[in-house]
Amino acid sequence: MTRLLPAQFADLEPYAQTWCRRTEAERWAVRAASSMQELADFYDAAFPRLEAAIEYCDEHPLDALPDDVGRLVELVHSVVMVSMAVEIFGQPKTVDSADAVLHRVREPRP
Amino acid sequence: MTQWPKPPEGSWTEHYPALGTGTVCFDDSVSPEFYELEREAIFKRAWLNVGRVEDLPRIGSCFTKEITIANASVILVRGADDEVRAFHNICRHRGNRLVWSDDPHQETGGVYRQFTCKYHGWRYDLQGACTFVQQEDEFFDLDKSSCGLAPVHCDIWNGFIFVNLDARPRQGLREFLGPMITGLDGYPFEKMTEHYDFVAENNSNWKLFADAFQEYYHVPSLHPQQVPPAVRDPGAGFTCAHFQCDGPHRLVSTAGTRRWALPEECMYPIERVTRSGLVGPWETPDVGALPDGVNPGKVDPWGISNFQVFPNLEILVYAGWYILYRYWPTSPRSHRFEATLGFHPARTVRQRVEHEVASVVFKEFALQDAGMLGGTQAALETGVLHEFPLSDQEILVRHFHKVVADWVGAYRREGIGAVG
Repeated sequence: MTRLLPAQFADLEPYAQTWCRRTEAERWAVRAASSMQELADFYDAAFPRLEAAIEYCDEHPLDALPDDVGRLVELVHSVVMVSMAVEIFGQPKTVDSADAVLHRVREPRP
Repeated sequence: MTQWPKPPEGSWTEHYPALGTGTVCFDDSVSPEFYELEREAIFKRAWLNVGRVEDLPRIGSCFTKEITIANASVILVRGADDEVRAFHNICRHRGNRLVWSDDPHQETGGVYRQFTCKYHGWRYDLQGACTFVQQEDEFFDLDKSSCGLAPVHCDIWNGFIFVNLDARPRQGLREFLGPMITGLDGYPFEKMTEHYDFVAENNSNWKLFADAFQEYYHVPSLHPQQVPPAVRDPGAGFTCAHFQCDGPHRLVSTAGTRRWALPEECMYPIERVTRSGLVGPWETPDVGALPDGVNPGKVDPWGISNFQVFPNLEILVYAGWYILYRYWPTSPRSHRFEATLGFHPARTVRQRVEHEVASVVFKEFALQDAGMLGGTQAALETGVLHEFPLSDQEILVRHFHKVVADWVGAYRREGIGAVG
């Protein structure tokens, strides 16, 4: 299988297919469609690596990230997204949000 | 909880005696008749913020704005002379919607060299002049020079683009904004050009949603998760440091806590690692001294100031980033909500992640407000209760509904005068 992440983060490779997502809308959709167990598994594996991942990405200029580093940034963004469910709400969906939606329609990349 | 000093009258509300202290009726948020009055009395008269100059970065940059309640579609464009102009989005030939893509009811934008009507191919330049009529010699006494797009009054304050749909605006923009809002002159919005934009269709009246963002009394109850469980106080309240009203506009400032100076348990793990969270990035580029008007109450330590610009704009400023909210009514019981988070452009991945965290946290808690307010709308529509008490912490809610009533009242009185 093609490697998606830098070799130093091979331990996160099993999560890359699911969580390397270009947009917030995609990350939000994956979180909403995941079970709490799936979110916890990803969080438990990736959160302890977050600091190292950010430091690694910071060795590259933001506007010229190699593809695999860009995907690592996307994975970091996904850890942020999933941390809300795991650390704060204890469920994939925002507590008490009913049928409300809020679409992020413009954002910087990555 | 810190007790902030109140004005000599004993309360913020009594400091503004015209507000009274009695109960407030929210029929203005359910009544279709009142909505019709707001259409004429407010949205066809007030200056309305439709975007920022960064949304029109170069010559030919353009976006359209659907202002449903005012039955208006407006083109905003930066002309060849670098001026920003506004036009009604209507072709002068047969009244077709001029600028749209795929669906004429949806907003659009991009960079244009000219505007070409999809219907019969009439063309207009970026300054609104009609430049081409297909088979011009088939027309009768047509003077192309008088076929320019219908202009809409447009002005810019501190990078905020405003339009006014009145034939003759009663006030210029700066006069309308008044000294409290223009106290933000010099706040470096133009440096915070990394924007995260959000939109939502909300099933509540536009004022009910604005109400939730102009008081903090609700925060401990509706958003208990903003405080980690280990340090969460079920009896917690929230007291704002400073309130101010100026004409139709309002302001509230709250004290700031230095998140990074707090004990570990006062933050979520994601905040500690990313050094960002509910109050945004912990550190932002130094922009020098902020204008005094950002913190007119001289709150120390200052955290945020939340400017409510009548009728439907909120500008929430932190020291190093800002948030905008706009509430566009679409029916008595619905509105389109827009939010923008503006940051200094990230220079590193770490800074980009800080902005991502702030943007994600913002959405989570805004969804709690949005989820609840559909219920508020439904409950008010039962018509069982009409009068509600408001606390001193909710002075801005009281002021907002009074200003709306005042503008509607002024419009009604003019109507009666005209008939007489």
